[in-house]
This record gives sequence, C-alpha cells and structure tokens, in this order.
Amino acid sequence: MGGVLTIAATEIRIGLRNRWIILSSLILLAFALILVLLGSAPGGEVKTDAVTVVVASLATLSVYLVPLIALLLSFDAIAGEIDRGTLQLVLASPVSRGAVLLGKFLGHVAVLAIAVSSGYGIAGLVAFFAHGGGDAGALVGVGRLIATSVMLGATFIAIGYIASASVRQTGTAAALAIAIWLFSVVLYDLALLGGLLASQDGVFARDIFPWLLVLNPADAFRLYNMSAIDAAAVGSNLGGGAGSALPLAGLATLLSPLAWAVIALGLSTFILKRIRP
Amino acid sequence: MTAIVKAQTVSMKFKSVDALTDVSLEVAPGEKVALLGHNGAGKTTLFRIMLGFIRPTAGSITIAGHAPGSDAARKIVSYLPEQVAFPKMLTGREVVRFYARLKGAPLDDVQAVLAKVDLVDAADRRVETYSKGMRQRLGLAQALVGKPALLLLDEPTSGLDPLSRQHFYELIADVARQGGSVLLSSHGLSELEARTDRVAILRKGRLVANAPLSDLQHQANLPIRIRVRAAPGAIESVHAEIGGGRLNCASVELFCAPGDKMRLLSKISGLGAQVEDVDVAAPTLDEVYRHFSKIGADEARQGRE
Ligand SMILES: Nc1ncnc2c1ncn2[C@@H]1O[C@H](COP(=O)(O)OP(=O)(O)OP(=O)(O)O)[C@@H](O)[C@H]1O
Ligand SMILES: [Mg+2]
Repeated sequence: MGGVLTIAATEIRIGLRNRWIILSSLILLAFALILVLLGSAPGGEVKTDAVTVVVASLATLSVYLVPLIALLLSFDAIAGEIDRGTLQLVLASPVSRGAVLLGKFLGHVAVLAIAVSSGYGIAGLVAFFAHGGGDAGALVGVGRLIATSVMLGATFIAIGYIASASVRQTGTAAALAIAIWLFSVVLYDLALLGGLLASQDGVFARDIFPWLLVLNPADAFRLYNMSAIDAAAVGSNLGGGAGSALPLAGLATLLSPLAWAVIALGLSTFILKRIRP
Repeated sequence: MTAIVKAQTVSMKFKSVDALTDVSLEVAPGEKVALLGHNGAGKTTLFRIMLGFIRPTAGSITIAGHAPGSDAARKIVSYLPEQVAFPKMLTGREVVRFYARLKGAPLDDVQAVLAKVDLVDAADRRVETYSKGMRQRLGLAQALVGKPALLLLDEPTSGLDPLSRQHFYELIADVARQGGSVLLSSHGLSELEARTDRVAILRKGRLVANAPLSDLQHQANLPIRIRVRAAPGAIESVHAEIGGGRLNCASVELFCAPGDKMRLLSKISGLGAQVEDVDVAAPTLDEVYRHFSKIGADEARQGRE
C-alpha cells in the first residue's frame, strides 16, 4: 500500500508541473468563464436561474475537454516509462505491478480532480455572484457536474492506460490516445446521428440507438447531467431526442463510465503484467 | 556463505538470436565482479534475467536462493539500467526519495546517498538542468539507496569523467566492504582499472573467462615487449647478441614469454655500456581482453564443427 501512495504522490507532482496539463486546465477555465458570461448576460425572459444554464453548457464542455485532459495524463504512463527506462527501475523494486498501475491511477485522477474543480468551481462561483446570488441549490448542480466530470475523466484515464500499455513508443501511444478521443467524443455521435437519419423504420432509433448512446461513457455522462438539471428547460442536442426510451435512467446512467473504468483498469493491469521491460 | 547470484548453464534465445549460451556464474556476498563483452555480447540480457524481467530459455538462476523477480529477490536487488531518463520536472532529491520509498528504505538514506554521489548542491534543482554525468550519478544514487545486498549496474561508468569514474569505484568498494555484492558491466578491461575482484568476459553469449584480473593476465601468457636502446655505434653488436628486430638506427625490439623475462634482462645488463636504456612493457589490459575475446571465437568455431 505504501508503494501505491508513493507512486500516486509522485504522479500528482509530475502532473501539476506538466505544461500541457496546466495549459489544458487553463483552457477549461477560460471556456467555463466565457460560458458563464454568455449565460448570465441580461437577455429576455429567463426561465431557469443562471447557474443552471451555465451548468448545462459546462456539461457539454466537459464531454470534449475532460476526456482530452484525461488522455493527456495517461497516454505516457507506461509507454513513456518504457521509453525512458524508468519502468525497469520501478518494476525492479519490491512493488507489485498492480500497485504501480493503481498508484498512477489515483495520482492522475487527483490531478484531473484539481484541474476540473478549480475550473468549474471558479466558473460556478462567478456565475452565482455575478447574477446576484440566487438559489444556493444551484451550487449543488456545480458540485454534481464536478463529481461526474472527474468520474468521466477517470474512465478515460483508465482507457488511456490500455493504449499506453499496448505499445512501446510514446509517440504511438499519443497517436492512439488522440484516435480514442476523436472516436468517442466526435465520430461516435456523428455515426449515431447518421444511423438515426438512415433508419427509416425506426427500429434503430427505438431498439438500438438508446443502448449505443449509453454504451459510450461520454454520452452517458451527458445524459445523466442533462436529465439531472431538467434538460427540457435548457434544450440539449442528443439526449432530449431519446426521451424515456433510454435503457438506463438517472444515476444508473453512470454505470456506463463506471463499468468502462473497471474493465479498462483490469485490462491494462493484465497487459502490464505481461510486459517484459 | 552461499552465493548471492547463482546462475547455472543459463541460455537465452530470442527467436533467431542466441543471446546467451550455457552461462554459469556465481557472485559471493561482498564480491565485486565485472561483466565484460562487446556490443550485443549479452550483458544486458543477463541483467534482465537476474531481475526476473525475462525467463531464461534453459538453465536456472537464483538470487540469494530466491527466484529472480520474486518479492524476496526484489527486496535485496538494486538496478541501474544502461539508459535511464528520470522525470525532468522532478528535482534530484524527489527522484531519490521516490525510489527510497518504493524500496522501503529509511528517508535518512536519501541525504546520505546524495552526499555520496556528490549531488547535494544540485539536489533541489530539477533534473532537466543536470549534465550527463550528474544524471548518471543520480541513477547511481537511486541504486545505492536502501543498502541493497546486490547491485546490478549496467555500464555505470559510461559518461563519467576520469575523476568521477575513480570516485565511482571508491563507492563500489565501500558497498563491498559493507558486505554488498556488485555486478557491473563494461566494454573493456582498461575501463575497469583493475577495480574488481573478478572479471567475467562474455563473447557472443558465451562465458569465455571468469577469474581475477591477475589470473587472466597470467593465463593469457602474452609476450612481454622489451626495447633496448644501444649506445652510439653499438647497435650492430647489441643486435647480434640478443636478436629481435631493428626499430631504427639505435633501438632493438624483442618479445619474450613472461618466464623468459629475467633471463633476457640479465643478458642485456651483461652487455654493460653498450646498452643505453631498456624499456619493459607488460601486455596492456586491452591486449589481454582482446586475447580472451579471440579465444572465445576459436572455441565457438570448434564447438560448431
Ligand atoms: N528482445 C529482444 N529480441 C530479440 N533479440 C534481442 C532482444 N534483446 C536482446 N536481443 C539480442 O540479444 C543479443 C544480446 O543483447 P544485449 O542487449 O544483452 O547485449 P549487450 O551485451 O548488453 O550489448 P551492449 O554493450 O551493446 O549494451 C543482441 O544480439 C541483441 O540483438
Ligand atoms: Mg547492454
């Protein structure tokens, strides 16, 4: 157990000094603040309070940026250490390979949690006070957004480990990580939309589409947050259309990222155990 | 006491490459052994087997009686790979502290090993600002922390200047004095400067020598070179007396077996004033190393026939 915490602490140190991580966290904060300022601009009639509107748009921002930060943190975790020779040192020490991966995971999730909660926390507070306070309950919405974003990030960190453990070069791992991001947050949704348009009889829309939507951890995250803040009032893109036909609802939607995280961690541990450094 | 490393007829085959063939090697507690060999001789492969990273295709190996890579074995072994790049964003002290924690070593050790490798002043600077030699010494500090019973060092002196290299061998001697064993690899005998108890030479994956350096010099039985400078005008008679080859108009060069050296020297001194100067050169370490590398080639050829 000591080994796990040692590795986690060192990963936090490295992550917080990594300029890419710092840069992407600042981008997250900048986008969040822009959304806050747009959302709370004095407009026509405002049905929901400003913070809720902001949370809805931040959830969409999370779908794109959080997996990106997560993959930035994780793609180098194993391939990079093989490249640099430090994996040999760690594996030569009396720490099990499972503990090595778990330590890295805890450290990377902690870095992501710091990035997300500072970005969204600041944005949420700005929205709250800029609009003359309002319902304090809306801040619960910010908290929920932060918690689920960290969960989404943890899933993609674990998925990134599979990429990192399967190749021996950092460059290949980076390319793989970008492909994973592009596929899961951009191409997947486009393909689903295409499927919806192409299927005339509605079988796809009724029986297959909802499952495919929940299967993708990023879409499941979006569904959960939209339903939690009553998406109808704000209007959302994909989630609203499926309506009540979803196989999972409410908190159960989060089973998708959770299952992905567990499976990905198990698989990457399995691959790491077979590596001959 | 029992050997800390005990390798018996270890062979390692990668697809078409025979990286190691029938290597038997023992290292006793407190012993310093050098593993020599050309590029691709199998040195790194042997280290990886001792660490349990790869399993030999034949033969057996134990670390203090335990299987390589087992928890018990990893607790007593420290490794310095031939190439390692520590995280640039960490300071030297953070790097050493990290490995100390992983090994369960007391944190007081960190300052002590940093002092040993002369990195105290730079310890709180980030690794990205270190010179090549400083990085190499940081790698050594990480290996020394926790007082391992067995140090496996893959080309530890590459990139060190002569002073640092000398300092390195003093550190190794310290480890051995406290009962630790050291197995280090190197490319040539001359680099070693006779600082180890024993020298093992690998050639194309076969162990072709395994003895103290003085024994190797003896076994090689290489000729000794003697140069005689004659007094002006005496070169003809000196040459006629002792033979050998004429170097120039004043000197003669001859080679003799180590056993003949004294007889020849007394004959030369018998020439009296005809000889102006004598220069005796024992075979260099490089020549000894080359000798064993060649023997290995011959044996391998015989083995194939
Ligand atoms: N994973 C591998 N797959 C195939 N061949 C390998 C592998 N690892 C090593 N070899 C081969 O085994 C032989 C021994 O390699 P090794 O790295 O042990 O040499 P070395 O003595 O350390 O050389 P150097 O002085 O260059 O470091 C080489 O021919 C090498 O190509
Ligand atoms: Mg090598």
